This record gives sequence, structure tokens and C-alpha cells, in this order.
Amino acid sequence: MFHGQVHKFQIKELELSFTQGRWNYETWGGFDPIPSNNAKPPGVELWAVFDVPQDQVDASWKNLTHSLSGLFCASINFLESSASYSAPQWGFRSASGSLRYGTLPREAVCTENLTPWLKLLPCRDKDGIAALMDRPSIYKGFYHSQRLHLTSTGFVSDGVDSGVILEQTLTLVLQPPEKRAIITSQETKSQPSWSLTSIFGREVNGRCVLAKSSNVYLQLDQGLVAELDNLQKENEMLVADFIGYEGLRSSHGFQLSVKPDRILEEVNGSHRNKPSLLYVFSVEKYSDSEPFDLGLTWKLPVVWSCQQAPLHASRFLMGSGNERGAIAIFFKSTRLSEELLHSDLTEERCNLQVKIFQVVPWYIKVYYHTLQVFVDEQPQEVLDVVEKIHVSPSEDKVAPGLMEMILKLPCGTKSAVVTLEFDKGFLHIDEYPPDANQGFDIPSAVISYPDFQASIQFLEDKSLETLPILAKLQEKSSVLSYTEVLLVPLTTPDFSMPYNVITITCTVFALYFGSLLNVLRRRVAEEERFLKSKDAKKGSPVPQFLSKLSAKLTGRPLETPLPPSTSSSFINSKLILKVVLVAGIAVVWKFYLE
Amino acid sequence: MAEKMKLGKFWIWVAASLIFRLVLIYFPNNLNLASRPEVSTPITSLRRLTEGYWLKQASLSPYAGSMYHGSPLLLSVLGPLTVKRIEGQPNDILCSLVFVIADVVNAMLIRVIGQNLQTSYNQRLKSLGLDSVSKSSAILPSRDIAALIYLWNPFTIVACVGLSTSPIENMAVILSLYGACTCRVPLAAFGWVMATHLSLYPMILIIPVVLLLGYGPETPPRKLFMQRKDGKIEDSPSSHQSCQEGQAMEQQDLANIFSWRLVIKFLVWSLIWSGYVLILCGLSVKQYGGLHEMFKRTYGFILTVPDLSPNIGVLWYFFAEVFDFFRNFFLIVFHMNILFMIIPLAIRLNHRPCFLAFVYIAISSMLKSYPSVGDSALYLGLLGLFVNELADMQFSFFLFCVYVGVSLLSSVMHNLWIWRGTGNANFYFATAMAYACLQIILVVESVSAMLNHDRKLTKLSIAKHQDSKA
Repeated sequence: MFHGQVHKFQIKELELSFTQGRWNYETWGGFDPIPSNNAKPPGVELWAVFDVPQDQVDASWKNLTHSLSGLFCASINFLESSASYSAPQWGFRSASGSLRYGTLPREAVCTENLTPWLKLLPCRDKDGIAALMDRPSIYKGFYHSQRLHLTSTGFVSDGVDSGVILEQTLTLVLQPPEKRAIITSQETKSQPSWSLTSIFGREVNGRCVLAKSSNVYLQLDQGLVAELDNLQKENEMLVADFIGYEGLRSSHGFQLSVKPDRILEEVNGSHRNKPSLLYVFSVEKYSDSEPFDLGLTWKLPVVWSCQQAPLHASRFLMGSGNERGAIAIFFKSTRLSEELLHSDLTEERCNLQVKIFQVVPWYIKVYYHTLQVFVDEQPQEVLDVVEKIHVSPSEDKVAPGLMEMILKLPCGTKSAVVTLEFDKGFLHIDEYPPDANQGFDIPSAVISYPDFQASIQFLEDKSLETLPILAKLQEKSSVLSYTEVLLVPLTTPDFSMPYNVITITCTVFALYFGSLLNVLRRRVAEEERFLKSKDAKKGSPVPQFLSKLSAKLTGRPLETPLPPSTSSSFINSKLILKVVLVAGIAVVWKFYLE
Repeated sequence: MAEKMKLGKFWIWVAASLIFRLVLIYFPNNLNLASRPEVSTPITSLRRLTEGYWLKQASLSPYAGSMYHGSPLLLSVLGPLTVKRIEGQPNDILCSLVFVIADVVNAMLIRVIGQNLQTSYNQRLKSLGLDSVSKSSAILPSRDIAALIYLWNPFTIVACVGLSTSPIENMAVILSLYGACTCRVPLAAFGWVMATHLSLYPMILIIPVVLLLGYGPETPPRKLFMQRKDGKIEDSPSSHQSCQEGQAMEQQDLANIFSWRLVIKFLVWSLIWSGYVLILCGLSVKQYGGLHEMFKRTYGFILTVPDLSPNIGVLWYFFAEVFDFFRNFFLIVFHMNILFMIIPLAIRLNHRPCFLAFVYIAISSMLKSYPSVGDSALYLGLLGLFVNELADMQFSFFLFCVYVGVSLLSSVMHNLWIWRGTGNANFYFATAMAYACLQIILVVESVSAMLNHDRKLTKLSIAKHQDSKA
């Protein structure tokens, strides 16, 4: 299905994601490949790199949005207008010129978007792991994000041979079935146990016959492994020589219902942390009679925290009222950056690079000269902190504002704030959405840390080539996070009053025109008399003739000496002249139009 | 002695207004005037100018981003001042000082214009033998009243302290009138070209300026001189105040002869200045799309009204509500409304070019797309020049009260609508409507009063004529 599209629009790379909910970077982690690659901003995010000349990129993008909109039953076609997408230079990905990026933060994602996505799988949701896709349990979760990534391996001029790699990811954060009755005040910290059936209400009955491989992975985070180690040490003091059936140290805190086929250990780089563990379960050997139902039961209450990005970024609005405000991006140091500070003390000068990419719709009129950076609550000279900045300001009703920036923060930074002031725009009555008072969304900013690579290296093994997901995990990409979507309320005009406004304004204009003209042409009695005497003396032939004519027509006796008659006949001739003039203008107009 | 006292009093008031302004510009953040819609429109806002300058420094077009819509020359003059900081002083102190100086210069120029008008007018009245009409005002001469009205008008103070560029625009307009009054033709041409360049609407002032140069400043109706000439020739060796030197013409003739020489000189100078301005602009916007881009972003922005943020005019709400299909039609109609009145007014008031200029300025500041109180400040200041002639104006107390009421209510309604969210756009628009009606009444009544004054002069003159005949 996508092969044709890729060819038609000459797409080099494309990513489309539908997300509901917000990834909680503080509790669900922000450093691993999963949050860096799969955590997406709410709503729809689409970016594509085209392999066409610069001037055709926009046209390709427009066509692409329409076709994707049809495929996924979503309003992606709203990304067609130039006011809703942008062309980042280097802030988002390093693909100059031919990259287009657009988001729809308010798009509601639901099952009609998931179904076309599932249709792309070889067995849909009928067989294999995809059979777990029980809609109610998916949409009940905290967060779900379906992502579709297309890479084409390049075009030959005649398009003979080009491979397209389609990568589909569904990221879910699910709420484990809670048993409220059990939780008492003493064991609030115990993690809920889970199994596939309790979460999805379904089981996996073997693999999809069309799939090459079908695996389930369970990753134990570094923090969790370290915590389990500590537990084990404590236990060893109490009960000597305790070995679980798996024969591994991680068996202490929990129990798995299925024996893993393989356990992989992370190759630790510079970190002093424990390596994380990856359990691999192959689904192939299971069948209808013996369904695969992975379950995990905690034996001991364990609390751990996930690995964090160097800085925790959040974005908020400042100010009140509907006239102006300010956007602030707030960075708070996490454990990692503190560690970094300790480890790099020996170096002369240590800097932390933060890349910010932010798109602002045109009705948020940002004053870029008001850019201010505070480090540890002290205002800084912008030139000292900002290493590189690229701004393409918004244009009314044409293009959104785009800001790409690299901040260079000293390592010991506890907090940093970037603020930008803006004015709120006033829109035409037709440009407001149906629920205008709800406000308008500013899409998420993308924060990335080019110094940090989000990848997990596992112990080299020949058999690893068969596990494609590991290659994905090992891929080097910088740590990336999305900030919150901001909701900006804009002032609304009165939607019910266009006619009143038009009529009242026109009345005022008529008042101005009429009264001023009246003052200018008004004559007092003396002047009037003077003019009339002049008229009577001269007596131009045309009005006299006309008055005679009108007298004959009406059958009344001619009353030339009387001034009213002359004036009325004079008006008459004027009237005829006016009619002729208007008719002439109309004829010219008509002629000109044709 | 009394004259000296009066003069001393005048200068004290001028100094007081200067000090008042200087005190106010030290508290810009407390007053927050710069963000008021009445003060800073998209065209005159200094904040937008700063943004334009920042963009230019970042080697982007200053017009990128639909922020700045002013002249590139203003950008190069005021831009460096906006970024310069002085320790311990408010941020925009240098710009504020420039605006204060511009305001004081404006007031002084208005005073000189007033002096000019008064002397020439009195002489012409004398030549008609109507000196009794021009009784000097009991408090101050009209020129000083005009200057003080300009300086102490709350609108002027607010526009000056509120960091809008309207004092500069007003200065260009006043310079052109001053140049025309004192027969400094190059200055008049420069003022007119700059005013047109900065805000487009003063373009219509070419008619009063040409009349000023051609006929000289205010006179009673020209017909009276003709009648005078028909009657007996009065021997009045008045020193001539018209611009023509070396030609010892009689006063009566002078009033009726249109001096083409000066007008042509003015036109030539305007051409020279506009060419100069265009070249300078072209140089400064060369790498950002050239003059075409500049005209699109400045004049195009003024004429098509794309910015719908509220101001004290009536067009923003109208174009926010009107159906897109009719938008172009109404744009044409509203702008034609300004142009339609030019000819009738010029015909009826051709003997009073300064008053004509006042009426034009009032009309354009009422109907322009982004009006601000700075424009009102200009025409109210010029209104002061005609206090003697407009003494019989109707509704003047009513107008004063409505001015006060509207300016108070409009800020209250704006606050209710934008900041508290309890009001409605219609509330604020209603005050804008009231303000427009108020200005309409002011224009209509002042024109009517001026015409009545002329009628009175005619009557007196005819009576005198007949008396002398008898």
C-alpha cells in the first residue's frame, strides 16, 4: 500500500504518530530508546523528508497529507495549509530543506485510527501478538501511541528497485488491574502483579504464520536491577544460599510465569549503574492448546526510579488576560546531570547542550527580541548561553513561527528558564473553531540533548541478528523529549452580531458623509436669493425648454417666473444627466469586465 | 507689560509640561501605556519596531513575521536607540527622550504657524476694514493656546510617554504645514514626503499645502476682495506677508493671485525628496525583497487592514465580522470615504488652507485603519489655532464632556473585555463607535462654524461697503 505512495511523492523518510495521553517522563523514564523514540506529543505528528527539488517539496507534502488523511481516517489534511506546517533547518532532524514537520495537537485518536494501522500488519489483529489488541483495554490505559515509520532505501532514476522499510510501533502504558481490597496501608509501595490475560483479557496463541519471528521482550530497568541486587544482598544475610529456579539474581523480587528463552545483559559503558536485563520470549512454540500468557508476580515490594534525561523540561504560559503573555520553558536538573557534574569535575569546562525546537502558530505573535534566559534564577546575557539560534518568524495567516536553538548550559545548572513574550492575535470570525472559547493549542516543543545517546548495547552474540528489535535499541539517536501542549485562550468577538456590526458601522459612515456634505452645500437665505436672482437674469435655455416641455406634458400652464418650477425642472435635467452617467459607467464596467 | 506677563506664563506652562513628561518617562512600567491599544497601533508601536530591528540584526527581513510595518528609515534611526541601555535607567529612555523633544518641537512649530496665520489674517482683515472683528483673546493669543493645547492634551502626553512613534509622524505633518506657512518650500516638500512615507494618509495634505503656497495663509472669503476692488480702491500700503518677494502687488490682488511659481517649486522639491527617500529605502531593504516588499508591508498593511486587533477606530471589528466575500468592497468604500470629501471641502474652504488641513487630518484620523490617540492629539492641537474663528461653535461643551467620557469608558471596557473576561467585544466597539460619532460631530460643527464665520464677515463687509457708498 505504501510502496506507491513512497514512489509518487518521492519520500525518503516519513513518520506518522497518533498519540493519546502524555508520556510521563519523570516516572516512566526519559533516557532509554523507548521514550526517546516512541514517546510522542499528543495528537498527530507527521514529518517527512522528500527526495524532490526544493520548489516541489510543498506540493508533495500537500498531496501526502491528503492521502494519509484518507488512509488513517484522521484530519491530517488540515496540515495542508502552509500556516500549520513548518520546515525546520536543523532543530528537529538534520535534513536541510526537504523536511516538513506538522502537528495536530487536538486530534482525538481512537479505534478508527488504529484499525487501518492494524491492517498493515500481516495477520491484522487476528493472530500472533497482535491478537492482544483488545480495544477497550488499550484505550483504558494512561498512554497509547501508534507510530508508523517509513524509510526508503533510495530511488534509482527509473524507480526500478527501491526498498521500503515500514516500521510500526505501538507504545502503551497500561493500568494494571487493581485490587483495591488487598492494598492496605502497610504495603502501599508494593508493585501490582500482572499477566497478559489480566491486562488485555486475551492470550497469544502462537505466532502469525506470515511472520518471520515473533518475540515478546521484558526489560528490567537499570534502577530495578540495582534495587533487586540490594534486596538479594539483604536476603543473603538472612537466608543463605537461596537460588530461584531461574538461577539468576533477578529472581528474588519477582516470579515469572513463563521461562524466558534467553536473558540478555546490557554492556555497561561509562555508567556505574547495574546493567539492565532483557528477557526474550519466543511465541513460536505456543499454540491454541498451550497459549502464551506471560505473568509477573512481585514477591517483595520494590521501588525504583527510571533513568532520566539530563534535564527535565516542562513548558508553561505566563501572564493573564487575553492581550499578551509569555511562553517559558523550564529545565530542572535530574539525577543524571548531577552525576555528570561529579564525573566531569576533572575537565576544565563542562557544558550541557540542549536543543530546542518550537513551532508557534501565527496567532501567537512572538517577540523574539524579548528572549531571555535565566540560569539558576539569574538572568544571563543571551549571547553567552545561546550557542546557535535560527528563527523564522510567523507570518499572518501564512506561516507559523519557528524557533530552533541550542543552549549551552554549565554542568552544575540546577534550573534554567527560557522565556519569550508574545501578543495574542485577533482572528476573523470564520477562523475560530466551533468551540472558540476552549482556546488554541501550541504544539509541543521538542527538546533534545545532542551529547547523550539513547541506546542500549547488549552483549555481542551471534544469534542477535535474528532479533530485529535489538538492532533498533542499539541504534544511536540523541535523547529526546516533548514538552506539554499549551492551551492559549484567545479573545473572541461576538459571533452572533455580524449584521448588527455591519449596519451600525455603515450608519456611522453615512452620518459622517451626509452631515458633512449637508453643511458644505447649505446656503443661508440671502445667498439663496442672490443665486436665484442670478438664475432669473441669465435663464439658461435648457432648463427653460425642459420646463416648457414638462408643462406641456403635465398639461399645466407654463409658470416660468416661479422659481420652484425652474428649480424642479433643473433638477430634472440633472437627474437625466445622472441617469445617463450611471448607465455609461455600467456599460463601461460591463465592457471592462468582459 | 501685560504681553510680557502672558508670554512668561506661556513659557512656564511649556516648561511644566516638559518636566511632567520627563517625570512620566521614568515610570514606564508602572503606567504600562506602551501596550494600550489606544496608544500603540501595529504601525506606531515601538515594541514592534524593536522586533523589526532585532530581525534586521539577525540578518532577516525586518518585515518578516508580520510584526513591523513602519518605514525602514525610522528603523535605522530609532532602532539603535531601542537596544542601547543606560545603567539604572528604564529601557527605552533614549527613545522616550526623542519623543519628548519631538513633542516640544511640534508645539513650537504650531506656535509659529499660529503667529503667521494671525498676522496675515489681521492684515487682510484690516485691508477690508474689518479690524473690529479680530479682537484678541482675553487670556492668550490663539497661537499660544494651540501650543499649550498640544502640549497639555492628555492624548499627546499619553502618546509621547507610551512609546509610540506618532510624535514623529505628527512632526512630519506639522513641518510640512510650517514650511508652507513660512514659504520654506523645500521644508514643506520634505515634511509632506516624510509624512506620506511614514503613514500614507497625510498624502491628501498636498491640497492644503499647495493652496497655502499659492494663495498664502488664511484670508476671509476671496469674493470680498473682489467686491472691494470693484468698489473703491483703498490705499493700504500694508507690508506684504505673502511669499512673493520683489513684487509690490496690492493686497487685494495678492489674495486672488495664485502663485504658480511656488507650487511648481514645491512639486519639484517633492519629487526630489521622494526620489531621495525611495533611494534610501531601497538601499536599506535591498537584500530583503526590495521596495516592492516594503510597499506591500507598509502601505499594503494600511490599506488591506489585515490586523484585527482592537483599537479606537471602527474598522477592526467591522473586518473581523464582515463576510469575506464583501471584504474588498468595504475596503474600497471606507477608503473612498476619505477621498470623496477632499474636493468638496477644498472648494468651500480654499481660502482657509490651514483650516482645510485641520479638517483633512481630523477626517483621516477618524477613518484611518489603525487610528491612535496620537492622531487625535495632532488635530486637537491644530484646532487651537482657530479658537477665535470657532468661538461660536455649537456643542463645544458637549464635545468636551464626551471626549472625557469616551476616553475613560473605552479603557474600562477594554479592561472588562480583554483582562477580566466579563465584558464583550461589543462593549468596547460601542465606545469606538461613540468616539467616531464624536469626531464626526466635531468636524461637521467646526466646518459649519467656520462657514458661518465667513458669512458673518461677508455680511459685515457688504454692510460697510454700502455704508461707505452711501
